[in-house]
Amino acid sequence: MKADPKGVMTGAYFIDGDHACAEGAIAAGCRFVAGYPITPSTEVVERIAERFPLIGGMFIQMEDEIASSIAIQGGVWAGKKAMTVTSGPGFSLMMEHLGLAAMTETPCVFVDVQRAGPSTGLPTLPAQGDMMQARWGSHGDYAIIALCPNSPQESFNLTIKAFNLAEQYRVPVLLMLDECVGHMTERVVIPPADQIEITPRRYWEGPKEDLLLFKADKDLVPPMVKAGDGYNIHVTGLTHDERGYPDMTPAAQEKLVRRLVDKIRLNADAIVEYKEDQVEGAEIVVVSYGITSRVAIPAIEQARAEGMKVGHLRLITAWPFPTKRIRELSTTVRGFVVPEINFGQMVREVERWVAGRARVRLVPHGGGSVHDPKDIYAAIAYVGKG
Amino acid sequence: MTEETMDTDISLPTNRVEDFLRMERLPHIWCPGCGIGTTVNCFAHALDASGLDLKKVAIVSGIGCTGRVAGYMKLDSFHTTHGRAIPFATGLKLANPELKVVVYSGDGDLTAIGGNHFIHAARRNVNMTVILINNFIYGMTGGQVAPTTPIGATASTAPYGNFEEPFNLPYLAESCGAVYVARWTSFHVRHATKAIKDALLKKGFSFVEIMAPCPTLYSRRNRLGDGLDQMKFYRDNSEIQNGADTKTVGLSFQGKIVVGKFVDKEKPTYLESMNAFYAQKLGDQFTPYKG
Ligand SMILES: Cc1ncc(C[n+]2csc(CCOP(=O)(O)OP(=O)(O)O)c2C)c(N)n1
Ligand code: SF4
Ligand SMILES: [Mg+2]
Repeated sequence: MKADPKGVMTGAYFIDGDHACAEGAIAAGCRFVAGYPITPSTEVVERIAERFPLIGGMFIQMEDEIASSIAIQGGVWAGKKAMTVTSGPGFSLMMEHLGLAAMTETPCVFVDVQRAGPSTGLPTLPAQGDMMQARWGSHGDYAIIALCPNSPQESFNLTIKAFNLAEQYRVPVLLMLDECVGHMTERVVIPPADQIEITPRRYWEGPKEDLLLFKADKDLVPPMVKAGDGYNIHVTGLTHDERGYPDMTPAAQEKLVRRLVDKIRLNADAIVEYKEDQVEGAEIVVVSYGITSRVAIPAIEQARAEGMKVGHLRLITAWPFPTKRIRELSTTVRGFVVPEINFGQMVREVERWVAGRARVRLVPHGGGSVHDPKDIYAAIAYVGKG
Repeated sequence: MTEETMDTDISLPTNRVEDFLRMERLPHIWCPGCGIGTTVNCFAHALDASGLDLKKVAIVSGIGCTGRVAGYMKLDSFHTTHGRAIPFATGLKLANPELKVVVYSGDGDLTAIGGNHFIHAARRNVNMTVILINNFIYGMTGGQVAPTTPIGATASTAPYGNFEEPFNLPYLAESCGAVYVARWTSFHVRHATKAIKDALLKKGFSFVEIMAPCPTLYSRRNRLGDGLDQMKFYRDNSEIQNGADTKTVGLSFQGKIVVGKFVDKEKPTYLESMNAFYAQKLGDQFTPYKG
């Protein structure tokens, strides 16, 4: 399906990643946004607040992030595409409702423009410290999808993709910006609506009485309906059967939660996205994401200029993680270098799939700025020597 | 109060309650003598009497014994997280204004963990009906103290008795902007049914508090007898004061219970205000929001 031209501001603009995210949401068909202001994400809701009255959308600034992250789920069950937007402290407050969305298979988008934490930390400065929280932050076991743009253009593109994936898999999708990408201003091209591919909600089309709201198709994804259509649906955060009715047994738990996890795990090949640069034949591969993928480039170029065979693998989906590709490369390369603005998050995932077959070197950073490319270069050189 | 608004003569025909329940989910989880079931009966009759298109009625609950109500109603029903029924309901209602959205939850759920949402939904006058079952306690988790527990009553986390000032819920609701506020007890089935019906048909944030016994925890711990004893207490100690100043209707431990319809006024809803305001500010640029 193509985007609704009403919201699409076709043209070339000089805007930051936050504004591009707002335009991406509008192009994706999002017409319900609930949020609570927090630096460095606020510009997203500010733009939405300005644009929505002009295009028939509903923006509400809720009383907190807890409320925002569940108001959007009410919006979804009433038939809207919906999003909430936050940063560190607010992201922490949203965790219970991320789990609710996973459990009730409510397609929606959570945007986290990462800033340095823990706690209030450095409110205006970058970090990539929420990557594990994105994956594991809510209690219990479940799976989500998380995307990491590295430019305003990609913020626009991946916001659309986030909405599409949410609908395709009936899952909450997280857009993990960092303060740099959120506040960096670059050229962003918004294509004509008829060139923007939109995944519509997968509404149940069978006979009314046959609907089972939590009975999955072959791809492990159940159909959707909305409130007001006469299905008398029941949606609960309790462990439930295919009708959605609570079933307090280990068997029901096993069946449901296994499917929630498998829905992403077994479809990972279709979901995972990354970009490679000179990875074939490389001896060292830098694995990076977000702003750090751009900071790593001078370091990689310097190492290459000195004759080292360095590849660059940039994560676009952090979750699901490109497990197969990392495992495959681990048998041919000497080592991996993982720069990230935290003290070691995605690097754990790299280590898990490398499983000792190659060296893995983290380039940590406490947050508040980006890496000095020299530190990334030094790690490349170190792994290259080893 | 006019005669009309005092009217409580609702005939209860044959037991049509079953039509409103997910019969396949019974028996329910509530204890014998629990007052929640009685309020569900009132709710079902009120739905019937309201003439609302049930396809367009959605019920949202939080977590607790009362929070289980959503799961038993044959409506679009959402059992959300503890304290967050109101913001979910806000999303549901604002995303599809055609829906009649009812929040049905406990005193702890709506006024402790969910208190912030309660006051803001009332302030915004989001068009929804909130039915709060007040059993003065956290039932589901074993009888802990709540923001509604009267001074002197004991609870599992207030074993020597509660000394904190409880909320006066009708006053709270009114002062935050609710356009309809009533309180009844599970003894007053006809009044409660009428109040729920009126609230369902009211435009704006309507609030009905229904006191209901929790014989298993609250009554037992406080030596108040069984469910029936509590009903007798409600009968003997309630005083109907329609139109009473909500400031004066606070509850005390086994003291007088003022019941009635306290507030019934007109005010533009959230969406009405939004559409009118933007239409004036933005003129032709504004796309009126229809959901
Ligand atoms: C975030 C969170 N905190 C605590 C709980 C545990 N909990 C479940 S129900 C409940 C209290 C319910 O009390 P009330 O709303 O008065 O409902 P009742 O059971 O009395 O009807 C609590 C504390 C929870 N489910 N979630
Ligand atoms: S514990 Fe109390 S409130 Fe809960 S079902 Fe039993 S009697 Fe009712
Ligand atoms: Mg209670």
